[in-house]
Amino acid sequence: MAPPLLDVIDLACRRGGRQVFDRLSFVVGAGELLALTGRNGSGKTTLLRALALLVRPDAGTIQWQGAEVRAEPEAWRGRLAWLGHLEGLKGDLSVRENLLSAERLRGGPPADDRLDSALLAFDLTSLAARPVRTLSAGQRRRVALARVVLSQAPLWLLDEPLNALDAPAQAAFRLALQNHLAAGGLAVAATHVDLGMPAARALELDLVK
Amino acid sequence: MSGFTALVARDLHLVWRRPGDVAVVLAFFVVATVLFPLGIGPESNLLARIAAGVLWCAALFASLLSLDRLFASDYEDGTLDLLLLAPWPLELAALAKCLAHWIVTGLPLCVLAPFLGIAFGLDGPDLLALAATLLVGTPTLSLIGGLAAALTLGARRSGALLALLALPLCVPTLIFGAGAIETMAIGRNFTTHLAILAALALVALATTPWAMAAALRQAGE
Repeated sequence: MAPPLLDVIDLACRRGGRQVFDRLSFVVGAGELLALTGRNGSGKTTLLRALALLVRPDAGTIQWQGAEVRAEPEAWRGRLAWLGHLEGLKGDLSVRENLLSAERLRGGPPADDRLDSALLAFDLTSLAARPVRTLSAGQRRRVALARVVLSQAPLWLLDEPLNALDAPAQAAFRLALQNHLAAGGLAVAATHVDLGMPAARALELDLVK
Repeated sequence: MSGFTALVARDLHLVWRRPGDVAVVLAFFVVATVLFPLGIGPESNLLARIAAGVLWCAALFASLLSLDRLFASDYEDGTLDLLLLAPWPLELAALAKCLAHWIVTGLPLCVLAPFLGIAFGLDGPDLLALAATLLVGTPTLSLIGGLAAALTLGARRSGALLALLALPLCVPTLIFGAGAIETMAIGRNFTTHLAILAALALVALATTPWAMAAALRQAGE
């Protein structure tokens, strides 16, 4: 099997009549983290959504191991873990129920020890039975990050992962990301602050005039 | 298929956590139908004649009442993105949401309607026909309403727009649902009406999931 490789060639996207980015090309290899930086409105989120096929690009191709991902969108979605600016959690369900239901929606229940270790990684064990609506913004963010870890997907797409996280939670996130990269995973993260990952490659998106 | 059942189970679980939402819809159905005998007066012949139409209209409104939250809650908390990114067809996800909606509103309406029919002076065979037509017809209402809910996702005043989109599409179901009881009144069998209702449900089942998925993808952009 070829190593996991994300190859983006000449990607262009227009939103609301405005060119967000044009002829954008980059490669992310196994164990690599790409940090998308740039001003507010420079298209970081749009690029992440385009990579997840949530936004249709106007031109260009996205390839995984040399194959166009749009040819098999379901297989591609199975390789992604998504963290948007909304957490995607149900307030009426508990932390544990949210993680279990998200994992079942991806197909197949997780092993309980995996769930427990994901909870432990983000210091959520004591909150596991609490309804998510009673959690603070930072605690919700940690639950969403635990969901990303639990998915075991090879490519993480993260939109402002450090939002609302306190220092210990940021450290937990960095550790989880390092483990993911060390295991050969890939990550693309949009961020306006320093992720604190020395190995990160940065891609600066400019505002297209 | 496991994702499909997981989504149905999740939506039922969410309703179980907030039973008030469904209780309001069913209470609306009961109150709206009971108002007719009170407003029209105790003329049993007239009441029995309009019973099917009144109950069908009330069932339609009750089912619309809960539909504007069908996709909107997932849209607002970001779970819609997770459904869009699930590694199985979005068409099935839309269908799973409609199935969960039908289980918590359509099915209880079918059970309640015969009891309300008694208040209108319907007799045994009529009550059976009423329950049977609702059982076959309400899935269509959930599917068409689901489509309208998906199309109006993110729009302002989506509730009114949803009703405006869904009600005309529900007219055939309404006509054949209410018509079945009337055929019984002139001594005919209502199976033809039931067959047409089933056909309408199958047409909705075969078309709306694709339209819903397209509308949801559009909303996700």
